[in-house]
Amino acid sequence: MTQHTITLLAASLACVFSVGIATASPQEDQATFQAYFKSRFSSVAEDEFKNGAYAIDPIGRENWEAIEEFPPYENAISSGETMWETPFANGKTYADCFAGGPAIAEQYPHWDRERGMVMTLALAINTCREANGEQPLGYKKGPIADLLAYLTYESRGQITAVEIPSDDPRALEAYEQGKQFYFARRGQLNFACANCHFGNSGSTLRTEILSPALGHTTHWPVYRSKWGEMGTLHRRFSGCNEQVRAKAFEPQSEEYRNLEFFLTYMNNGLELNGPGARK
Amino acid sequence: MLSLNAPRRRMLVLLLSLSTLVASTALAEMPTDINFNGDIDAGRLVANDRDKGNCVACHMMAGSDSPGAIGPVLIAMQTRFPSEQVLAQQIWDATAKNPQAVMPPFGKHEILTDQEFADVVAFIWSL
Repeated sequence: MTQHTITLLAASLACVFSVGIATASPQEDQATFQAYFKSRFSSVAEDEFKNGAYAIDPIGRENWEAIEEFPPYENAISSGETMWETPFANGKTYADCFAGGPAIAEQYPHWDRERGMVMTLALAINTCREANGEQPLGYKKGPIADLLAYLTYESRGQITAVEIPSDDPRALEAYEQGKQFYFARRGQLNFACANCHFGNSGSTLRTEILSPALGHTTHWPVYRSKWGEMGTLHRRFSGCNEQVRAKAFEPQSEEYRNLEFFLTYMNNGLELNGPGARK
Repeated sequence: MLSLNAPRRRMLVLLLSLSTLVASTALAEMPTDINFNGDIDAGRLVANDRDKGNCVACHMMAGSDSPGAIGPVLIAMQTRFPSEQVLAQQIWDATAKNPQAVMPPFGKHEILTDQEFADVVAFIWSL
């Protein structure tokens, strides 16, 4: 017992000290993160990372390009367009909530100072619905993925530009929590997001090529062949957590919104090219 | 100890049992009386079963198609590990030796049953 107690004590002290040491700023994190992938995949052009595994897998890319000739997300875009244009029961429309819409994907996720939380596009959609007396939509698939597909399609070509306001410590805290989530091991299989998509990106799990984390946030929602339908980024987060045999968090939970905040900030500078098609 | 009053004694017992609990879960070490009489053929199935060992997801090994490339090739194991015991410890919890190891702790996290663990150790040791 004593030896274990000492080990535990030493471990907790080590934690305290490592927290005490000045942590890198988000800007420093981002530079390190992006430089890592650009050097790891030095033959990949900078504007190719948005294509995920297809930037580094020539065979997968061929199949993907064939799929993109008749995009499986097209129906979602047109259903989403109908949703955008159909007034709510009170006569108002989404356009009344989203000035400058429908091309608004570049504005999300962002730090919502008033609410003191990370606001994602999906959460903003439901906030708009509820403010207009409509039922909120489910966050993983279905109508919300359709509307997101339309908004994202209209936003193609915009550049990821998440800001972490330096004058609100709560924003930095949300960012740090997302970062912590990304690098923390979880589940019975003991994997962190980073174990597969950072250190082992480009390697293979059986025959699957692990996609680099740089490029992970550009193309949502996605028509995923494995799902046979559209799904949101948070649906993918929960699927990943379940794959490592961890209990998934709720889509749009604080955990996943902060993770999206961190991960999208890491992807700053990449072009938005959603909706996407993936295996 | 005798001078402690009853509530204090209860608190001490609670603290002692809590520390044992922490020690036996967070720091689970491979049992010293571990069974090394696993079955090589049964272990081969465990190593290739997606829901069990799934070694082939990351390691190339003889007799398995479409291996992953994350871990080292599983070959000549008896020249690479000093004993079956040391190999077993690596499979039990690879992070004990290298905290950065990606490999899931198959024993520590009870991913495999005791028998499956013994079988997969016997199989990998035979490679």
